[in-house]
Amino acid sequence: MSGSLADDKLASAGQLRLTWLRFKRHKLAFISLFIVALFYSVAIFADFLAINDPHAVDARRGYLPPQAIHFFDDSGFNPHVNGMKGQRDMKTFKQVYVPDPNKKLPVTLFAHGYRYELFGLFSTDIHLIGLSTPQTLDGIYLLGTDALGRDLFSRILVATRISLSIGLVSVGLSLVLGILLGGISGLYGGLVDLFVQRVIEVIRSIPTIPLWMGLAAALPNTWSVIQVYFAITIIISLIGWTELARVVRGRFLALREEDFVIAAELVGASQLRIMLRHMLPSFTSHVIAAVSLALPAMIISETSLSFLGLGLRPPAISWGILLQDAQNVQVLAGAPWLLLAAVPVVVVILAFNFLGDGLRDAADPYG
Amino acid sequence: MNVLEVSGLSKHYPIVAGLMRREVGRVRAADDVNFVIQKGETLALVGESGCGKTTVARCILRAQRPTAGEIRFSPADGETIDLAPLSRRALRPLRRHIQMIFQDPYASLNPRMMVGDIIAEPLVVNGIPAAQRQARVLELLDLVGLPAVARLRFPHAFSGGQRQRIGIARALALNPRLIVADEPVSALDVSVQAQIVNLLLDLQDQLGLSMLFVAHDLGVVRHVSDRVAVMYVGRIVEVAPTVELYATPRHPYTRALLAAVPKSDPDARDAAEAPRGEVADPANPPPGCAFHPRCPFAIDRCRVERPELAEIAPGHFSACLRATELPV
Repeated sequence: MSGSLADDKLASAGQLRLTWLRFKRHKLAFISLFIVALFYSVAIFADFLAINDPHAVDARRGYLPPQAIHFFDDSGFNPHVNGMKGQRDMKTFKQVYVPDPNKKLPVTLFAHGYRYELFGLFSTDIHLIGLSTPQTLDGIYLLGTDALGRDLFSRILVATRISLSIGLVSVGLSLVLGILLGGISGLYGGLVDLFVQRVIEVIRSIPTIPLWMGLAAALPNTWSVIQVYFAITIIISLIGWTELARVVRGRFLALREEDFVIAAELVGASQLRIMLRHMLPSFTSHVIAAVSLALPAMIISETSLSFLGLGLRPPAISWGILLQDAQNVQVLAGAPWLLLAAVPVVVVILAFNFLGDGLRDAADPYG
Repeated sequence: MNVLEVSGLSKHYPIVAGLMRREVGRVRAADDVNFVIQKGETLALVGESGCGKTTVARCILRAQRPTAGEIRFSPADGETIDLAPLSRRALRPLRRHIQMIFQDPYASLNPRMMVGDIIAEPLVVNGIPAAQRQARVLELLDLVGLPAVARLRFPHAFSGGQRQRIGIARALALNPRLIVADEPVSALDVSVQAQIVNLLLDLQDQLGLSMLFVAHDLGVVRHVSDRVAVMYVGRIVEVAPTVELYATPRHPYTRALLAAVPKSDPDARDAAEAPRGEVADPANPPPGCAFHPRCPFAIDRCRVERPELAEIAPGHFSACLRATELPV
């Protein structure tokens, strides 16, 4: 007995390690973890990765189609983009742009571009890629430009910051509300529980879009971007907390009846000790899983609000605001690349869902 | 001298219905239960599922508050205190004297704590200094036959029998006067059951423990207990010293339970005595003796008159109108 026990590393593995081992077996969730991490690092280094100033407007380069970077030409390795040439489409009489193969603009790493503040601390103008000699009109537009000639690629990168952080902040707020109210509900039971549960049911029964519309319409339009941002997070989390409160309450009710909790009470442990030592560690993993499933819902909420013009307003940049441009079918027919702003939304939502799934399965390695 | 005297213990669960949560009935999980446990003695509490034996055990541990009755416990020689009316706060200093061994060795150990911490928890909670805790944990592991390295492992590394040993070590940590074992072996394999039963017997010898041993199986009880109390639908129907109960059961229900114990000789099996029908509903027990619908000896009186527990031989109590008429 002791021989096999001593050999077994798993025998002395704690909860964290067991959860991790089990999580790693869920391939899709494991990949999703990296995708989510990638998105958040993009959010942190958005300005560094961006090529053009996301706010820079120039009508002379409106609706520029996506450009590719060419790595080789006749002379060998020579990364460059072709300049764009404007011409009139003789069928629609619209201004269209085609690449001009004779005009080569060399591309380098760590080029100088617009000025920004890295982490809000260091002022710099270094970007990951850029033209070696900045031009007035031509540039690198990997995903094309919108009506006002703003670079979609850079805008999508910068939008990541607001769209992903709004999810985090809202979930944080929901978590506080959810754990507090769900905990009270599960711990005290009786009338308090009844009241909290009915409130949750009422909130959940209200259709969300009209509710958001009502709340968002109440925001004064004199508010700054930052104020609106926080107001929106609060609006989103006012609804989001209900799900988390239910998870917490459910765990409380289940744990109260567990033999090991009763055992702790029978040896004379205080309520506080039972909560901190036995109950809390048993449901943190469930809460983390619930959070990772709540995050995509929050991100979607912000995107739909902004898409409908009820959330953030330009000049703020979020995925929802970018998609606002793609609302018009006529615009889309001429500039279909504007829909590309939906791709990161879909990818990050899927990744979060798989991640949440994996975490939920791994959350209780003893179950 | 008695470590525990239970008198008139009842636990009723109200059945509520409707919007106003009106009480429409009561489940009498335990009804007027009386027994004593002497120092160093093991009393077995036996009955079918749902007869209220676990309820009685949990009331004594005050994991539940009894509806009525007294639970007089003596935490030290010459001292008695009624646990039944005490508040949660008042109970805390007394808890160390009564400890429990759980039925399910998988649910009763916190999977997130190392075995050493699980066993040390009663010591921590009751303010034993850290220096003594370590030594005591090692001593306890040795006592229940586990290697010292076990304290650094998590419960998931152990088998059911080993986990039950850990549970026993935790129960013994504070040197309790009374152990309440709620079906401590019924979740284990038969071969492991014997090991755990022997361990409990050894420990009782060494430590002079008093024990309430709850079981549904008369086979195991025979080896463990000094006296046996048989419960049926919330009431005790027979109490007797173990040897006497097995030799001359004085209640038809006890006879039926004994007949249900598996025997190795197929010819010796006694089909006629096995209990017929279902256990009565404790929310709606039959009038008279609760056992009469299943009893092969029932007479008309049994349907109207509820027999009280009466001493029919020295130390042998039975709640049957025909206790002395039963064939031996």
